[in-house]
Amino acid sequence: MVATQTAAAPLIELRGIGKRFPGVVANHDVDVTIRPGTVHALVGENGAGKSTLMKILYGVQRPDDGAIVVDGTDKVFRSPSDAIAVGIGMVFQHFMLADNLTVLENCVLGAEKLHGIGGRARRTFVDLCARFGFDLDPDVLVEELGVAARQRLEIVKVLYRGAKVIILDEPTAVLVPQEVDALFDNLRDLRASGHSLLFISHKLDEVLAISDDITVMRRGTTVGHADPATATKRQLAELMVGSELPSPETAESTVQETVMLRLDDVSLVEGERAVLDAISFAIHKGEVLGIAGVEGNGQTELVEVIMGLAHATSGTITLDGEDITAYTTRARREAGIGYVPEDRHRHGLLLDAPLWENRILGHQTRRPSARGPWIDRAGARQDTERIVEQYDVRTPSIDTNARALSGGNQQKLIVGREMSGDPVLLIASHPTRGVDVGAQAAIWDHIREARRAGLAVLVISADLDELIGLSDTIEVILRGRLVGTFDPATVTPAELGAAMTGGHD
Amino acid sequence: MEHPVRVLKQAGVALLAPAVAVAVAVVATSLVILVSGSQSGIGDFWSVMLGAPEHQTIVNIVNLGVELYIAAVAAAIGFRMGLFNIGVEGQYGLAAYVAAVFAGGMFLPGPLNIIVATVLAMVVGAAWAGIAALLKVYRGVSEVITTLMLNAIAPIIVTHFHNKYGEQTGYDIRTTPLTGSSTVAGWAPYGANGGEIWTLGLLAVVVGVGFWLLLNRTRLGFDLRATGLSPSAASASGVSAKKMVIVAMLLSGAVAGLVWIPDLFGHAHTYSDASFAGGLGFTGLAVALLGRNRAGGMAFGALLFAWLTSQSDALQIDTDIAPQIVEITQGICVLAVVVAYELVHRYRARSEQKAVAEAVPEAVAA
Repeated sequence: MVATQTAAAPLIELRGIGKRFPGVVANHDVDVTIRPGTVHALVGENGAGKSTLMKILYGVQRPDDGAIVVDGTDKVFRSPSDAIAVGIGMVFQHFMLADNLTVLENCVLGAEKLHGIGGRARRTFVDLCARFGFDLDPDVLVEELGVAARQRLEIVKVLYRGAKVIILDEPTAVLVPQEVDALFDNLRDLRASGHSLLFISHKLDEVLAISDDITVMRRGTTVGHADPATATKRQLAELMVGSELPSPETAESTVQETVMLRLDDVSLVEGERAVLDAISFAIHKGEVLGIAGVEGNGQTELVEVIMGLAHATSGTITLDGEDITAYTTRARREAGIGYVPEDRHRHGLLLDAPLWENRILGHQTRRPSARGPWIDRAGARQDTERIVEQYDVRTPSIDTNARALSGGNQQKLIVGREMSGDPVLLIASHPTRGVDVGAQAAIWDHIREARRAGLAVLVISADLDELIGLSDTIEVILRGRLVGTFDPATVTPAELGAAMTGGHD
Repeated sequence: MEHPVRVLKQAGVALLAPAVAVAVAVVATSLVILVSGSQSGIGDFWSVMLGAPEHQTIVNIVNLGVELYIAAVAAAIGFRMGLFNIGVEGQYGLAAYVAAVFAGGMFLPGPLNIIVATVLAMVVGAAWAGIAALLKVYRGVSEVITTLMLNAIAPIIVTHFHNKYGEQTGYDIRTTPLTGSSTVAGWAPYGANGGEIWTLGLLAVVVGVGFWLLLNRTRLGFDLRATGLSPSAASASGVSAKKMVIVAMLLSGAVAGLVWIPDLFGHAHTYSDASFAGGLGFTGLAVALLGRNRAGGMAFGALLFAWLTSQSDALQIDTDIAPQIVEITQGICVLAVVVAYELVHRYRARSEQKAVAEAVPEAVAA
């Protein structure tokens, strides 16, 4: 599956890029070669290290290891202006436009030195639009533009600044299909005129449709290159999520008779769109249900609906025989739902509070953290010591702020906390994302142990190793619907890949 | 228990920021005096400001400090959960007027009159703040906008009723003055001519202790702080954001209602343009910032501001420097402290990360 590299000298080479944040390796040994006049796709799940890599290439962050080679010379980018100076531009997923300025003004803003702010700037802008088929009226206010037009403007802005290489961060995420086609036409025109495009996505159809080269990232590094002429979606999906499947370690079944969580026809409609469409499943005591799927197919919403952070438009949710559909998040937690959130920094921790206060979070109303309306400091501190000890949280003290800990240790603290107070159901959303290998194994062991003790667990993950290693049953979610049930003991990655991408290549 | 050395070190770092801020303010104020071309020099200014205060001035510092402290705590209740109640000014103004009218009516005997009037002030402050809370929760209107607007509306309402129902006395209009058992005698540490420290100033102690207990020892306070630290994590932990906005705003308004109460019963005895002290709400916001919304820090801030204001009275007598210059000192103090706290925060986060890295071996690849 190695792409055939043509004779043309590479335009940009990333060689052995590494980037470490305290306690986490975001990128290591990343190699990407971008040829001139091509569309190069970079694919990988969220958290695979794509955005860190892009920030490095665009000069937002500096790599700890490796080299960025542009046109054969080593470059060090101290800031995005250094990257822009050698012709690298970036279109962010979240547009950076001033609504109350016109299209032309937005384009010129910050680049006044290039072509002035008068007639010359206007001529340059109009020429660019005409040359690459961008349909933009320079005198319209940006607030009147739709999403697709804003995106076109962002691309023109980058071209206006003289970019030869354009990084597009998930450009199709915000577009409807017709707009995607139009965008791709623009991109092809750009390619024909000698520009190179780095296209970041996890939508495999689109990647195969537009790109000339594909690089796949997983767990912080590049794991393979593929030739879109011959690669299939299934092969790409396997590369993205890891294809060496372990034999399930949860050999003997601990599934009991009692149903702990039941969802009946649960739907969630946002605007016009059903992000969850008639989801039904049951998890028994002692059972681990895994949800597989390409990200953005309703996993986040499913968790929110079960936790009460969003309320189902229709359907019922039953916990241990009790209808909890109308319960608040706090009532659900008090009923015994533990929650390991997908984004621990946003939803799982108070980063600027000490560990023992983080122990209280989500357990504000229960012992040992609280007694009546009072916080039980001694109780909370003592129980934090227990979690630190039992879950091997590496910290100098329980008074250390959560922010200072590495991702793996933060996650171990969260898992320990959510396992406290005899939960009956654990929702674990990407429980080992961004944690080191040691912490990963420990977290898996804790989940297996709790399962043996009768805990019902819902695991959502993009990592097939994790799903197959932990689950008793795997459900696949696609566009808000459950589309297939698999036995982890017999399923093949190809079967899962097919279900996750809609059943065809 | 928390390690004593660690606690000491933390306290040292925490004190560094206000110390730096005050130093910067001193330098900046001196520069302003230098360029303002007054006859008196920098030395004259600081000898007045730092000289031993007169007896009357000491009393003034305590009394003003009390009011500023209550106003600061009111603001801090909101700040600690990321809610900006800029409306302390309007809340205490309206509350002061209603309490003065009610107490002046003498519907109840002595002490009971005082207690009910005080509670009424808290209810009025809470209700006025509650308008902003409801608009935020149900209409998504920023509380910064609504509380500022309510600040503008409150005095209009007060003036309307005051002009209509107040007693005319010479050139001023006042509410019916309190008499006898409805007033509270103060403590005169320097004899009859040295001024009185208001007894109800003890409310500041109650408010301060209550604030500390609420935030550090209660579930409600934990939810409040959690919301301030991370709204998303708080709601995932089961905190209802809407409920917190309403509770915090009502509490904040209720405390704001107390700001002028010690003065009303201890000294002013009537609400009039001459007796009412305006502007404490806005100064209180600055004190909250200076004290970093901590019970102890705000006490320091309130006394510092009260000191600067009270001592500056003597500037008119001893120098030709305008006493308003201390407002520059106060403003720069707040500005500098915000910057200094941010620097200290970053330093602390970095040093803690380093400590963790030293204490535990680094993790391998993610």
